[in-house]
This record gives sequence, C-alpha cells and structure tokens, in this order.
Amino acid sequence: MRYNVHVMADDIALYKTMLLIRRFEERLLTEFSTGKIGGTTHVYIGQEADAAGIFSVADPEDVVFSNHRCHGHFLAYGGEAYRLAAELMGKVTGLVGGRGGSQHIHWHNFYSNGIQGGIAPVATGMALAEKETNTGKIALVFIGDGTLGEGTLYESMNIAALWKLPLLFVLEDNHYAQTTPVEKAVAGTMSGRFAAFGIPVWERDTSDVLEVQAAAKDAMASVRSGAGPASLILHTHRFSAHSKGDDTRTREELERIHQFDPLTIHGKRLSSKACFKTESEVTDIINNAFDRANADPFPLLGTEN
Amino acid sequence: MTTVLDRLNYALHHSMECDERVYLIGEDILDPYGGAFKVTRGLSTKFPTRVLTTPISEAAIVGVATGMALRGLIPVVEIMFGDFVTLVADQVINHASKFRWMYNDLVRVPVVIRTPMGGRRGYGPTHSQSLEKMFLGVPGLKVVAPNTLGDPAELLVASISENGPVMFVEHKLLYTRQLLERGKDDLQDFSVEQTGGAYPTFILRPTTGAQLTIACYGYNFELARTAALELIMEHEIFSEIVLFSQLSPFNLEPLFLSLEKTRKLVTVEEGTLSLGWGAEVTARAVEKMEGLRIRRVAALDLPIANAKSLEDKILPSVQEIVKSALFVLS
Repeated sequence: MRYNVHVMADDIALYKTMLLIRRFEERLLTEFSTGKIGGTTHVYIGQEADAAGIFSVADPEDVVFSNHRCHGHFLAYGGEAYRLAAELMGKVTGLVGGRGGSQHIHWHNFYSNGIQGGIAPVATGMALAEKETNTGKIALVFIGDGTLGEGTLYESMNIAALWKLPLLFVLEDNHYAQTTPVEKAVAGTMSGRFAAFGIPVWERDTSDVLEVQAAAKDAMASVRSGAGPASLILHTHRFSAHSKGDDTRTREELERIHQFDPLTIHGKRLSSKACFKTESEVTDIINNAFDRANADPFPLLGTEN
Repeated sequence: MTTVLDRLNYALHHSMECDERVYLIGEDILDPYGGAFKVTRGLSTKFPTRVLTTPISEAAIVGVATGMALRGLIPVVEIMFGDFVTLVADQVINHASKFRWMYNDLVRVPVVIRTPMGGRRGYGPTHSQSLEKMFLGVPGLKVVAPNTLGDPAELLVASISENGPVMFVEHKLLYTRQLLERGKDDLQDFSVEQTGGAYPTFILRPTTGAQLTIACYGYNFELARTAALELIMEHEIFSEIVLFSQLSPFNLEPLFLSLEKTRKLVTVEEGTLSLGWGAEVTARAVEKMEGLRIRRVAALDLPIANAKSLEDKILPSVQEIVKSALFVLS
C-alpha cells in the first residue's frame, strides 16, 4: 500500500479552489433568475474548506462518491467548471449529457447520486473492488448530518469495518438536514457511531482549510495503510439555503456563522495582491465556463439503451 | 436426471471458473451450508476468496454489489428469500438500474440479483410471496425467470454476462424439478418452438389447432401445462402455451402471434392479481389487437396464509386455469 504521493498544495492553490467553488455556486444561483438553469440545486457555499482541504491530499485516482451537494467536491476533485455548468444547464456537453443535472454526475472516478444513505453501500462496494484488484486506490464517500438517519449507512459501516475496506467516510455536519437542526435529528454523538464499529475518527470543528487538510491527510494515510475504513467528521456551516429558497434560519444566526467563512480565514494568509490575482483568474474561468455552456445545444432523446 | 437446482449451481461454478471477476455475495452462502436453498453449494470451497458471506443487510449487499460492478467486478447477489426484495428496492431502482442511463452510458453495472420467490411450502406471509411484479418496468433492469423447459444454466450465464442489472427470479418449487425432455412425458402432445436470443420465449403447440393461448413464466408453467393437458383430456380443448423467460422489458411478439390465431388468452402468475404481470400483458394485448377475450389467473389480493387449506385457496391453481379457459371460450 502506498501513502499519498501528493505534493501539499500551497496556500494560493487552496484559496483558488475555495474561491472557484464559491464563485461557481454564486453564478449558478444567479442563473436561476435568468432562466438558464431550472430545477433545483444544493450549493456548497460556506463549506468550501472541506472539499479543498480533502482533495489537496487525495490521490487523483481515488474513487469518490458524492451526494446531492456535490459541486464543490467535483470542482476540488479537479473537474471542469465548464462541463459542470453545461450539465446544470441541461446541455448535451454536460458531464452526463444533461441526463443527471445537479445531483447526478459522473466524470473519471467521481460519481454522485441524490439519495441519502444509498450511496454508502455503493462506495463500500467500490472500496472492495479496489482492494480485490489491488489498485491502491481508496474510496471516499461524502455524507452529511442528515444521512445519519439512514439505515444503509450503518450497514455499510459494519461491512466496511468487517472486511477492512479502504473507505473514508467524510461526514460534513453543516448542522441542518434541510431545515431540521441536528438537535432534532441526531441522538448520541457522531463520532460514537463510527467508534461503535471500530472505525477510527478524525473530528474537526473548523472552517480553516489547513486544519481540514491536516486531518484529511492523517485519515487517508490510515485508510491507505490497509487498516480498514476511517472517518473524517467535519463540523462546518452552510451559508446558503438547503436548496434554493428554503432557509428558515434567523438573520442573527446567518450573520453569526459568517464569522466561519473559509475564504476570510484562509485569505488572511495571502497577500492582497495574491487574492486579487486569484479572484481575476477565477472570474475568467467562471465566465468562460458559463458562456461556453450557454452556447451549447440541448440533448435530444435518441435510441435508448 | 438434472434438476433446476443442478443447472443453477453449475452455471455459478462455470461462471466463476471462466471469469475471475465474478464474485458471489449473500447471506449464509458458504459451505457446508451452501445457501438456504443450496444453490451456492461447493462454491466457497472452490473459490474461497470470491464467495462473500455477509451480515443480514440486504440493501447494503445490493449496494456493495453495485459498487463492485461500477469498478469492474461482476457480482452475483443472493437474496435469501424473494420477500426481502422490498429491502433492496432503493438500491435496485435508484442506483443499480439508473446509473448507466443517468451517467450517459459511461458506466456498466453488471449485477445479478438471484432470489427465490413463491409459496406452496407453508412458509407463511413473509416467506412465500412472488414480488417480481414490483420490479417489472423499472427502466434499466431486466427481470428473468427460469423454467423447466429452457436451460436455467444458460439463462443464468447470460444474465451474468449482461452489462446491466438483472433480477433473476427462481421459484422455490422449481429447484427440485427435473428439466423436461422435448417429445417425452408432458411434452408428448406439444411441439415446442423457441425464439432466438439469450432469454427465449417458448411456444408449445398442440397437435391440433389451438383454441386458446395460455401465457405464463417460471413455476406457473408447471400448472399451465397440467391445465392444458386436462383441457385436452376432459374438454377436448387445445391450448397453445407461451412461456416467457424474460419478464421485463416486455417483448410480447410471440404471444401476439399466438393470439392472432386464438383471440383467447389466460395469463397465469403467482403474484397478486392487481397490477400484476398479467395486467400489463393484457393491456398490451388489447392495445395491439381487437376481439380478445382474456382472463387473468393470479394470487388473491391477500397475504399468503401459513395454513395449507388457506394457502391453496389464495394461490392460483390448475382448476382456476381450467375454469378461466372455459370462461374465455364460453
């Protein structure tokens, strides 16, 4: 088993990843009002440190199963903003030709689906396949505090631990399952759930990308060592609504959690010149992505498989 | 003498020997037990690293198999009783069956979910059902059922060779049944034709022109055959039997060809009547042609009782098929 061979991404790269996610999601929300994007979406604004930190120390070949809130994970994984924008606009050039949309994407070794808990056993099976075929890859599955209510998650923890599978459970606790606060949905502790199956826990209450990165590095090293699954519990804050207009939180609370803005926290480590330059680069990427996607054609229903 | 069980067991041995990507995964499938109905007997001894016994976690078993399939393996799942497919519905419908199309044909999901269905063994309301009807018409999912006329091994090997998920429905009473030989015993009075392809439809033609078509699959072919013979002996009514191996997606052309001649149809299935296989067959038949008389034979819309006196009344019978045949011909 090899340990990750990544060069630690530098501070500017981490900032750029987070900013790319932030600006992508902001642009996406504005495109709903222009009518270029329909349906619904779940944006990652506020949680960017998680994806940026984790994927800065993951292997590019690792297998990822993400959830309904997957844009940030995808962009941090290295996915192209243009292909994601095209998918969201329902264009034939989208990641999956417009068939999946916001929650259902696939590219390279990255997958997402919109069913809470259902992806956990699938990711467990992926980890098993990588182990059986000795690829050295690990699987990462992204779940949230809301997922903790689903039974298949615990079936998966049990099997992953029993079979010592190379699987990292990333639990992003943004404190709300849609509108339901953790206090009304989760009994006991989050870490205790993993501990019950003998799965080691790395738990951080932080929006500092460097702290996330350090914890992710250790958790992934444990998984890569062949010791079996590990868990990374990240307590974070979602600044936006669950999907579009369904935020029931008070203005005071929303103001309070903005002190945990990962861009502000990490931005302080950069020169203003570097921040400005990064902003300009990201703006170009986002504008190009959405403009190009906008010009692409819509898919047609052809001969189905 | 070869039984359906022998052929299914052979198919698993053959597939695991031929392709090391094939894995078995399920509950209590290791030797010496070899599965609740012994279909996996001998496999864990021969392929110890590729037969995975699991906790009682049906949803996760199918989810794990789906993940394995997405990453290049070919898992064959055993769900110990077909009644437990309710537990795997989310994995089948929202994951395994959806991925290939949803991901724009970029992935393959070769998962076979084998499961025994059916009653008549006194197992009561939660271990006797035929729930396959709930999975008919799920986009991306194939539903296949062996019988005593085709080779169950060929059907299973073909299912394992698919690029997408297959639910493979084995009626419990078929396991110990002998495979039929054409031209002998029950088949003496019929000529047998079959369609091409991996999941053939069989057309059993009587020696005299058929007045009636009986459509069925799986174990209910045993009842349909007995009923057809009784109709000949006691009523001088000749029936053509159309026996399906692939239930879903629906391909009813062979049935339509038979109905062109007879215009009389009895469908037979062991699931409950309402919204069943026969209902879909009926709908498609009446959309296709006019002047049909149809009767569906199925289980009553009740749970399946434990007591034999009740179970026999709840599940379809030879007598019910005969009665329905006489009705559509009246």
